[in-house]
Amino acid sequence: MGEKRPRSFYFLALFFIAYVLFLYGPMFAIYILSFQGPDGGLTFPMNGTSLVWFSRVFSGGGIVDIGAAFKRSLELGLVVMVLTVLLSVSAGMAFRKSFRGATVLFYVAIASLIMPSIITSLGIGLEFRLLDDFVNSLGVEGWTTGMGLFTSGLGAHLTWTLPFGLLIMFAIFNRFDGRLEEAARDLGATPWQTFRHVVLPIILPSVVGIGLFGFTLSWDELARSSQAIGSVNTLPLELQGLTTTVTKPDIYALGTLTSAVSFLVIFTALIVILVLQARQRRQGSDAGKGMI
Amino acid sequence: MTQDRKSFAAWLQAAPMMLVFALFFLLPLLFVIIVSAWDYNEYEMVPALSLRGYTDTFEGCIADLPELCTILKTYLKTIELCVLTWVLTLLIGFTVAYFLAFHVRSKTWQIVLTLLCTIPFWTSNVIRMIAWIPLLGRNGLVNKGLQGMGLIHQPLEWLLFSEFSVVLALVHLFTFFMVVPIFNSMIRIDKRLIEAAYDAGATGWQTLVNIVIPLAKPGIVIGSIFVITIVMGDFVTVGVMGGQQIASAGKIVETRLNALQFPAAAANAVILLGITILIISSLTRIVDIRKEL
Repeated sequence: MGEKRPRSFYFLALFFIAYVLFLYGPMFAIYILSFQGPDGGLTFPMNGTSLVWFSRVFSGGGIVDIGAAFKRSLELGLVVMVLTVLLSVSAGMAFRKSFRGATVLFYVAIASLIMPSIITSLGIGLEFRLLDDFVNSLGVEGWTTGMGLFTSGLGAHLTWTLPFGLLIMFAIFNRFDGRLEEAARDLGATPWQTFRHVVLPIILPSVVGIGLFGFTLSWDELARSSQAIGSVNTLPLELQGLTTTVTKPDIYALGTLTSAVSFLVIFTALIVILVLQARQRRQGSDAGKGMI
Repeated sequence: MTQDRKSFAAWLQAAPMMLVFALFFLLPLLFVIIVSAWDYNEYEMVPALSLRGYTDTFEGCIADLPELCTILKTYLKTIELCVLTWVLTLLIGFTVAYFLAFHVRSKTWQIVLTLLCTIPFWTSNVIRMIAWIPLLGRNGLVNKGLQGMGLIHQPLEWLLFSEFSVVLALVHLFTFFMVVPIFNSMIRIDKRLIEAAYDAGATGWQTLVNIVIPLAKPGIVIGSIFVITIVMGDFVTVGVMGGQQIASAGKIVETRLNALQFPAAAANAVILLGITILIISSLTRIVDIRKEL
């Protein structure tokens, strides 16, 4: 470590610091401005400080029903998180063995990841419109639409979160020692026991990471939801709508609240990951402890 | 027999994910292609074969010839935004990844600094766009600062709701997609190669050009694919940061959708998809060709 750093280090370190400031600076500007005084505007300087804009958000003061959108996004995010974790871990395990269609599934997942969101969103929108037309042509009573938060909306979000989940599973298993599973099998463990008591505890920190991606990507998703969500809006869609109409700092207050949820989830997940890793280091190996 | 059963069990494990992609990705894509060849009137699509979606899109392209028609102008503008964003994200992303991979020596610091770059990706894009308003607006910090220093007398109008702010926001949002794959390629480079280059008398620059860049190429290509496909299809950033005044390939699809002209929207989506595939396949070809040489 005592080795002298080359001059390029200091130049690159400055560049990195500038990049981090570029990343975070604007965000912190609106967090500060959301505490703008009652007479303040959308820009600096601060005209006193207050919580007026936050109470405006909570009371709904003139803008759309934010509370409901908040709740909808939260529920959808949690469902997407759980499904992303379950489906990614399950498919990730499948890729360790060979199965028919493995290559196709991999390429479809990559295609889903890089497909321009507007195309996916349009497709899902069309699919549900055609479904509605079809059901109506059958003369089903009382059918309005199949489109909704937990049908088309959920599907749209999963096309975005599942590829990330699958790629993280690949990254995990690239570094996974398969002999651990063999050892469990040799000791007579069933496939489920092997997974539950050997594989899962090892991959758990990364699985929490998949959950983190699942929730945050859904919580902030906008482009894919835009045509596929039906009559109700998620929080990011409401926020985007507000950008063209709102001229008061309540949009910053809403942005700050939304970010607060993201940060809460991010830091909770990171802490859980750290705790799990620490536990693995403590209990992971009993080598040399004289246990039989 | 057991091999078959094992393979079937694996297939079952992957089946839920396959089902989601079949229902919400492949089937919708098929509908986009089918509907793009349907007819439509003012308020609904008509399931009859018609190429009106396409012909309406290219309307005037031949008649106005020396002048470019709307669709071509829009695509040129989108590609211009795309190239600008790509160059900037590549330069910034490469430099950041290089710093993280080669200059940060402890593993812990590497993780902490990478996380620092990742956290904004987990927060809302819309909020990260709105965040530029207090800085770039007419009365924003930049204009106030420049006026305070006496460099300008009128606030600069092109800072916000302009092409400048669109590219700035795109770079701000998506450099992350360059940093991660390039960093990932760089940490796999055997450090002894670089030492060998130094020992053989190569300058830092020569090492960078002859060793690091070629070996980081897979990451560069993956990052480029991400950034280019995102920008080609983007309509949210262009909409919000362009003050809904700038047209882009993704924005046309959205406009057609808002007018309930689904076949026309689908036709535009198919064109966008075709061009995106063209760009990606030529990008992957560049890399493969280099590998052969």
